[in-house]
Amino acid sequence: MAQHRISFSLNGETELVEVASQITLLQMLRDKLARTGTKNGCMAGECGACTVLLNGEPVNSCMILAVECDGTEIVTVEGLAQDGVLDPIQQAIIDHGGVQCGFCTPGILISARGLLDRNPDPSEDEIREALVGNLCRCTGYLRIIDAVKDAATRQQALKAG
Amino acid sequence: MTIDAHPELPEFDYIRPATLVEASQFLKEHAGESRPLLGGTDIFVRMRDGIWHDKYLVDVKKLDGTDEIHFDPTAGLTIGAGVNMNRVMADKAVQQHYPVLAEACRSVASYQLRTRATIVGNICNASPAGDTIGASLLYNGVLSVHGVQGLRIVPLAGFFLGPGETVLQAGDIVTAIHFPPPPSGCAGTYLKLGRNNWSDLSIVGVTALGYPDPTTSTGFRLRVALASVAPRPIEVETLRDYLSAHQITRDAFRQAAILAQQASSPIDDMRGSARYRRLMVGQLTEKALVLTWKRIDGRS
Repeated sequence: MAQHRISFSLNGETELVEVASQITLLQMLRDKLARTGTKNGCMAGECGACTVLLNGEPVNSCMILAVECDGTEIVTVEGLAQDGVLDPIQQAIIDHGGVQCGFCTPGILISARGLLDRNPDPSEDEIREALVGNLCRCTGYLRIIDAVKDAATRQQALKAG
Repeated sequence: MTIDAHPELPEFDYIRPATLVEASQFLKEHAGESRPLLGGTDIFVRMRDGIWHDKYLVDVKKLDGTDEIHFDPTAGLTIGAGVNMNRVMADKAVQQHYPVLAEACRSVASYQLRTRATIVGNICNASPAGDTIGASLLYNGVLSVHGVQGLRIVPLAGFFLGPGETVLQAGDIVTAIHFPPPPSGCAGTYLKLGRNNWSDLSIVGVTALGYPDPTTSTGFRLRVALASVAPRPIEVETLRDYLSAHQITRDAFRQAAILAQQASSPIDDMRGSARYRRLMVGQLTEKALVLTWKRIDGRS
């Protein structure tokens, strides 16, 4: 079966990889590039644990072929913190106790980052709708929703300087 | 023994042709062992489940304008095959002129799945449960299909033959769906009953569309399409004819709901029983008609 040479930006750094056709973005991240922050949950596009940003938009990395990512920009949970400073959504989810077992957290952080990038001041309904594709069996979601609201406020304060 | 609910994808070759001609020829030459790939949200699930075993997936997402969405007040709306549902929902012209299509997209799965899922993919998958198919039917969608003989136009009405079956032949690639400008004063809704309020597949889906129409005796045209209650998505033609010939009243909507039930032929499955589905077709059809009637311009 054919191998494909692809290049893409992963958390700001260029990667060159050779992959077989059937290898998903999720498999490439975890097995070839050792970015294990992105989790493998359902492998059916339902649970959201594998969510990453592809060209700025949240996607289920289990539902995309690695070869389709040639020339794209990918951000995983490992790419959220900048220069050792957590992203506002990371800090907020810690402060609000929005993490229990933590398995869903990388996907939730990425979905929330995608939401805050396209809508810096989301309503609660908009937050809930944006997180529909991220299942969490521990927290009951309320603290996560609070964290996203708070992250929006913190982000705006940071931007206002 | 390990039971792997969703194993990795089986081996296949990913093909990215340079042109539509090349893509159609490849698909024709490899009929039965190849498939056009858009967002893959259905294909990958079926391959993992061992239902599909294609040797080749042919990526047609970015070929010759398939990544474009365009509205013109006289020509209407064209949505390229590669345009994802989030882009459709966010498009101002869709929100203004085809709001039921935006509403239907919004009901599909999750944001991250809709970054990949496409309306044309939803249509070509031909699931009886396809959420965007009802709106596409009622807005009189027409498909641009590229085959080995070249480009042709295929109306959506008549496109579906059964579950997963369409009139498409080997080598055919749907490149876009086109909608004429909607009738003046047009309004509607998509009511979806799932096992939860968000993200699930539909147990029953009811799309309704209505608009002033001087050619009917009531002065209005009301149409309903049903999802998940027949072997293919259907428009209830008896309902359309009944409501163009009978005065619009609550009783007429009740009668129309019965016609919708009669047009349905639901089955029992893991999401709901046939009996429940038929009951819900009646409930949701009446509700959708009432909502649509309130939304029609000059009525509310």
